Amino acid sequence: MAYFSTVDYAIFLIVVIAALFTGFIAYLWRKPKNMNDIEEWGLGGRRFGTVVIWFLLGGDLYTAYTLIAVPGLAASSGALAMFAITYGIMIFPIVYATMPRLYTVSKRRHYITSSDFVKDRFNSKFLAMLIGITGVVAEMPYIALQEVSIGYIFRSMSVPVSIALISAFAIVAIFTFVSGLRGPSLTAILKDAIIWVAVLAVVIYIPYKLGGFGPVFASAKNIFGANTPLLVSPVLGLGYTTLALGSALALFLYPHGVTGTLSSKDSRTIKRNASLLPLYNVLLMIVAVLGIAAVSVQGVVFNGVKGNPEPPFAIPYLVKDMFPAAFTSFVYAAIVVGSVVPASIMAIASSNLITRNIYLEYINKDASSRTQALLSRVLVLFIIAGSLVFALLPVASGNVVYLQTLGGAFILQTLPAIYFSLYTRKLSKWSVGIGWVVGVSMAIFGESLDKFSGSTLLPKGYDFIYLGIFALAINVVTVLVIHGIMAGMHKVKDEGIIENDELIPEM
Amino acid sequence: MNKYLKFILLALPYAFMTFGFGIYDRVNPEIDGWPFFYWYQLMWIFIAALLTSIVYAIERSEHSKQGVSS
Repeated sequence: MAYFSTVDYAIFLIVVIAALFTGFIAYLWRKPKNMNDIEEWGLGGRRFGTVVIWFLLGGDLYTAYTLIAVPGLAASSGALAMFAITYGIMIFPIVYATMPRLYTVSKRRHYITSSDFVKDRFNSKFLAMLIGITGVVAEMPYIALQEVSIGYIFRSMSVPVSIALISAFAIVAIFTFVSGLRGPSLTAILKDAIIWVAVLAVVIYIPYKLGGFGPVFASAKNIFGANTPLLVSPVLGLGYTTLALGSALALFLYPHGVTGTLSSKDSRTIKRNASLLPLYNVLLMIVAVLGIAAVSVQGVVFNGVKGNPEPPFAIPYLVKDMFPAAFTSFVYAAIVVGSVVPASIMAIASSNLITRNIYLEYINKDASSRTQALLSRVLVLFIIAGSLVFALLPVASGNVVYLQTLGGAFILQTLPAIYFSLYTRKLSKWSVGIGWVVGVSMAIFGESLDKFSGSTLLPKGYDFIYLGIFALAINVVTVLVIHGIMAGMHKVKDEGIIENDELIPEM
Repeated sequence: MNKYLKFILLALPYAFMTFGFGIYDRVNPEIDGWPFFYWYQLMWIFIAALLTSIVYAIERSEHSKQGVSS
């Protein structure tokens, strides 16, 4: 008899549909006078307080990446996957140091994207466009990661993947079109309720059933054998730490991190959340270790070779092995819902970049807020459609965690333009722009070294350092050298129109 | 608050997680079957959150003092 009965499919469908329906009714939540306004549609009217932002950023940052990609890497490569934990530990201090400043100036000057800030800080709409395009490009594989991961859930349920994926994300696209950022924000609250129930049940019951994590680590060690240790091999030490550092620095350079942040009602909300959001990291840690539990329970390494399951099946199979079908359907639905929220926010963030930093600057300077909102709404549909095409390609499978580190290698190249310029106005558009060109070229070249295999660790000759950090280092050196040369020739002009005290947050 | 103190508090997790890699890439001592590598990092999740909270608390209290005096 099949594992899933009709009732189980019904449970799955009801939970998913309830979440998607919430996305639609969010239109009515704190209903604005006019949804045809880019700040209302794209940032929820900048009205979200500590609690909503906690859910929103939680939903934005802890995604299918947490629930599928990281445990998958743990089930295929062991301790290397724990870079995601190390990364989680390093996220929030940098958020605390940078995001309240970006928020403060953005609220005063009605910025929607971080490129809006770059434009005024450097007085260069061209640099703003480069940074914006980097954001849109880097976001694509991240949206695809959500979709590919959900594809593995559908496969675990023996549902036809393409049709299910297209229908699910068509609905996401439409509710995003209708509700804007209110959609994923309200869904995020429901999502968290579902996810926490599912995850708490999983993290309490599974260790109980397996006799604690001790036996899990012990038996996984035997199954992994010598090649995949429960520690990071010292050879990969630099790769491990730079992957973690790079991912942490990258997270709030991504457009969706910025969009979530800018929808806060004040900078205190952001500072509070920089202290509260790390709670999610405990969840990330335990789910990652469950990837190792999957190896212990299934008795195989999830490396996708010789008939072994592919990495992203780690959590789906583990849950299936341990729970009755009705609860498994609930957990699967929770993971699907967990990917809907970030996919929606990412699509909104990318659309806003195209609208604000390409369309408004280069195509129609006089576009009203209404026109901007309308264009962003339509672009969401195209962005989700485009990412689906990418997600359905066979290349986007296996260790899906690399979809994230690939995007990260590119988005990191925007760090000098954003983080540095939040603290200094001395850099010019020339040094930062040329640094960007060098950094992005290095990122592309680095990918080609590995024949675009997807792994973002550089080859042995480079001590397996993470490509994103390597390229960023070259980028920063370039910025400093060119800045030094220009300063020597007295060519550095302060062109920015933002005064430094506009960045200082109110308490 | 002193901006160097703020910087140090916020930078500590980076120092311990990157340059401190050699400290935590080890199995022993284990706690309840968890290798050191895993429980040490679990502990750091809380330490990092605490450090950020301390910075926030100091900034808040300084702000409210200023509010009284000015």
